[in-house]
Amino acid sequence: MSGQGGSGIPFPAGWREVPMGAVAYKPSTLLHTGSWRLGLKPVVDEEKCTGCGMCHLYCPDGAIRLVDGKARVDYTYCKGCGICAEECPSDAISMVEE
Amino acid sequence: MVVEQKVIGMTGDEAIAYAVKQVEPHVVAAYPITPQTIIVERFSEYVADGEVRTEFVPVESEHSALSACVGAAATGARAFTATASQGLALMWEILYVASGLRLPIVMAIVNRALSAPINIHCDHSDTMGARDSGWIQLYCENSQEAYDTTIQAWRIAEHPDVRLPVMVNIDGFVLSHTLEDVRVLPDEVVKKFVGEPSVPKVRIEVPADGGGTKVVEVDYKLDPWAPYPLTMGAFAMYDSYFEYKRQQEEAMKAALRVVEEVGREYGELTGRYYGLIHTHQIEDADVVVVGLGSAMGTASVAVDELRREGHKVGLLRIRCFRPFPAEKIREALRGVKAVAIMDRAMSFGGPGGPVYTEIAAALYTERERPLLVNYIYGLGGRDISVADFKKVLLETLEVAEKGEVVEHMRYVGLRG
Amino acid sequence: MVSGRKARRITLKDVLARRDLLYSGHRACAGCVSLTVIRQALKAVERPTIAVSPTGCAEVTTSIIPYTSWGIPWIHSAFENAAATAAGIEAAFRAMKRMGQVKEIPDIIVFGGDGGTVDIGFQALSGAAERGHDFLYVLYDNEAYMNTGIQRSGATSKYAWTTTSPAGTVIPGKPQWRKPIALIMVEHRIPYVATASPSEPMDLINKIRRGLDAEGPAFIHVICPCPRGWRFDPSKGIEVARLAVQTCAFPLWEARWEDGQLEFKLTGTSLAIAKKPELKKPVEEYLRPQGRFRHLFEPEKREDLIADIQAGVDAEWAYLLKRAGLA
Repeated sequence: MSGQGGSGIPFPAGWREVPMGAVAYKPSTLLHTGSWRLGLKPVVDEEKCTGCGMCHLYCPDGAIRLVDGKARVDYTYCKGCGICAEECPSDAISMVEE
Repeated sequence: MVVEQKVIGMTGDEAIAYAVKQVEPHVVAAYPITPQTIIVERFSEYVADGEVRTEFVPVESEHSALSACVGAAATGARAFTATASQGLALMWEILYVASGLRLPIVMAIVNRALSAPINIHCDHSDTMGARDSGWIQLYCENSQEAYDTTIQAWRIAEHPDVRLPVMVNIDGFVLSHTLEDVRVLPDEVVKKFVGEPSVPKVRIEVPADGGGTKVVEVDYKLDPWAPYPLTMGAFAMYDSYFEYKRQQEEAMKAALRVVEEVGREYGELTGRYYGLIHTHQIEDADVVVVGLGSAMGTASVAVDELRREGHKVGLLRIRCFRPFPAEKIREALRGVKAVAIMDRAMSFGGPGGPVYTEIAAALYTERERPLLVNYIYGLGGRDISVADFKKVLLETLEVAEKGEVVEHMRYVGLRG
Repeated sequence: MVSGRKARRITLKDVLARRDLLYSGHRACAGCVSLTVIRQALKAVERPTIAVSPTGCAEVTTSIIPYTSWGIPWIHSAFENAAATAAGIEAAFRAMKRMGQVKEIPDIIVFGGDGGTVDIGFQALSGAAERGHDFLYVLYDNEAYMNTGIQRSGATSKYAWTTTSPAGTVIPGKPQWRKPIALIMVEHRIPYVATASPSEPMDLINKIRRGLDAEGPAFIHVICPCPRGWRFDPSKGIEVARLAVQTCAFPLWEARWEDGQLEFKLTGTSLAIAKKPELKKPVEEYLRPQGRFRHLFEPEKREDLIADIQAGVDAEWAYLLKRAGLA
C-alpha cells in the first residue's frame, strides 16, 4: 500500500490491539493515490476556467475542486483518468506529461 | 434472594416467546419454519396487542432474518430471531458474519433434522453443523431451562469480555410443543437482570483539522449522530484477517467463565442455578452417559433406576457446547471407567459423532482416560426411551468390565 | 405518501459548497464512474445518514482494512443481503424511536452493484420493498460482476462481451436482454423509483434527495459505465453514460405511487428527446466507443445484431413514452 500508515493505531497490529469486529479504522486520505498516475496529469488553464464545477462533480476521486472560483487539482490523489479534461465545457483542462 | 415467580403452563416455544417479550428487544426479524413457528406467532401476537414496543420484521427468508438482525445489532440495538434446520442452514454464511462482527444477537434454534430426506422432527444436525461458526451454543433440557436460558443469553452475549452471538437450543417437538409448568419472573425483574444494551468502545483514527489524523474512541455501532462515523464490515487482507479470528477465540474462552457467572447470578434470583454442565449421580460412577438436550432427562430416569438396582452409573449433560467445557468434562469424568457418549447427529465419515469426537479430544491430554463408546440416536425424531438408556448403560458397564471397546460406534433404535 | 419533508431543489451552488462524504484515496480504478456516482449521491445528504453496501466494487475499494473512505456510518455484511441489513437498521431505529431513545429515524441509503441487486440481492430487495421499510436503494449499475472480473449479470446489456458471456464464433455475447429492474421496482408500488445518469449530476442528486425524502422504500437505478469492463479509455466514462441517455439505451425517468395512482415522468435529456424526437441518436453511437461491443463492428459489422439492439431500445422507449403519457 502506498502512502503513510498514519500515526496512532498500528497497522498491521497484534491480535490484542486490532480494533474489534471488522472496523476500518484509518481514513483513506492517508493513501496518496496520486502515485497511480502513469505519466499524464491534468492541468487547469485558469484563464479558460469558468468555475462551473462540473469537473468536481465528475471526478471519481474528489481530486479536483473549486478554490477561489477556479478548478484546482489535488495531485496527491489524482489518478490521471482524464475525465475532467474530457468533460470540461470550456476546454480548460488538458492532460500533459509530468 | 429468590424472587417470587408465577407458574404458567407453556410449551418450549411459548416459554421462549414469553422470555423474549419480557426482555423486549428492539427488533425481532424472523421467518417461519416448523417447529419454531409458535415462537414467532406468539411474539407477533404480543406485538399486535401492543404488549411490546419491539419492531417485528416478517422477513422473506431466514437469510434475511439474520441479516436484518445484523443490521439492527450494528446500531447497538437488541435483536432476536429464531429458526431451525433448513432455516439455520440457509443463514449459515451470516452466522459467521454475525460472530465476526461481534454482534450480541440472540437466536433460538428449535433443533430439527436437516434434509434430505426432509424431516421436521428433532435431532441436533442443524446446530452441530454450526458449531464452528463462533456462536455460543447452549442446549436446554426442558421448557423451564428454555425460558431461563433465553433471559441469560443477553447477559452472556453482551458481556464486555464476550460480545458474541448466542444460540439457545431446544429439541424440536419434544420441547417446543410439549406443555410444561414454567416458573416465570416478573417483567421488571427480567428487565433489571438484562439491563440496558451496552456497546463497547473502539479506537479509530479520523482526519484531524489542519491535516493528519487523530485517535478517538467511539461506540462500536452505526450512529449518525456520533461525532465520528464508523465503518463496519470492512475487507481484511491476508495481513490482518488472522488476528480478528484470534480475538474471537479469546472471547469464546472468556465465555466459559461468563456463562457460569451469569448462571450463578440467575440462580440467586430464581433458585435455579445453571452452569456449563449438569451432572447427576456421577460422584462414584463407574459408567457415565453423556449427551445434550431433552433426552438427558429421559436418561436420568434410567440412571436412577439402575442405581436402585445397585449399578454405579451417572449422567453428564453438556449444557454449554460452545465454548466447549473441556476442563469441566475432564474433571467430571476423572476416575470413570467407561463413558457412553450420546450423539443426536451424525458427522458423516468422521471418527464418531460430534460430541464423541470433541470429548475424545478433550480427554486426550489425560493420563488415565475412560473407555469411550459412541451411540448415535434419535435422528429425525426417532424416539429414545428409558429402556433404551438402560440398555446403553448396561452395555457400557460390560465394556467397563471387559476393559476394551469392540464396537466404537453403535446405533440406538435403528432398524436392520 | 411521497414527501413528508419539505425539501427545496438542491442547486449546483449548494452542491459545490458541500464537502465530500466519500474521502479521496479509495482504491477504485482510475475513471471509475460508480464511485463518481456515490460521490454525487452523497452531495444530497442533508440529514443524519447511514449507508449500507453489499459486496462489490464500491464496498471493496472503500473499505480495505485499515482504510475507509466513508465519511458517514457504513456497514457491509454480505453479498445478497444489503436490503435486509438496511431493513434491520431501519427497524432498530423505529423501535428506538418508539422507546424514546432517539428523536428521529436517520436516512438510510444502500449503494449496491447490479450483481448484488438484480441477481443475488433481488430477494432481499423485493422483500424489503414489500414490507415498506423507509430507505433508498441506489443501484450503481456497471452491468456485470465487475469486482470479481467482469462476469455477466442479469443487468448486462444484450450482446455485451463479458468473461462468462464472451463474444465467440457461435454465441456473440450475452444472449438475454437486461432485467428491467427499475420497472420491476415500480410494480412493487413503492413511493419512489427513478433512473439517473452521472452525466446529468443535478438530475441525479435531486433524485437521490427525493428518494431519501420519500416515506417508504425508494429505488434509483444509475448507469455506471466501467472503463475496464466495458473496454474504453478511462477518460470516457461520463461521455459513454451521456450517449446511453442520448440514444435512449438508458432513459431517465421517475415514478411515484400516490393514493394508488402512478405518476410517471421522463426527466433531463430523455424529456428533451420526448419533446423533440430528432434529438434521439442511433444506438450504434453508444455501442461503437465500447470494446465490449467490438464484435458487433469487427471483423465485420453485424447489422443484424445492431438492429436487434435498436429494436429493443425503440420498443422500450415507446413503452416509456406511453407510460409518461407522451405517446
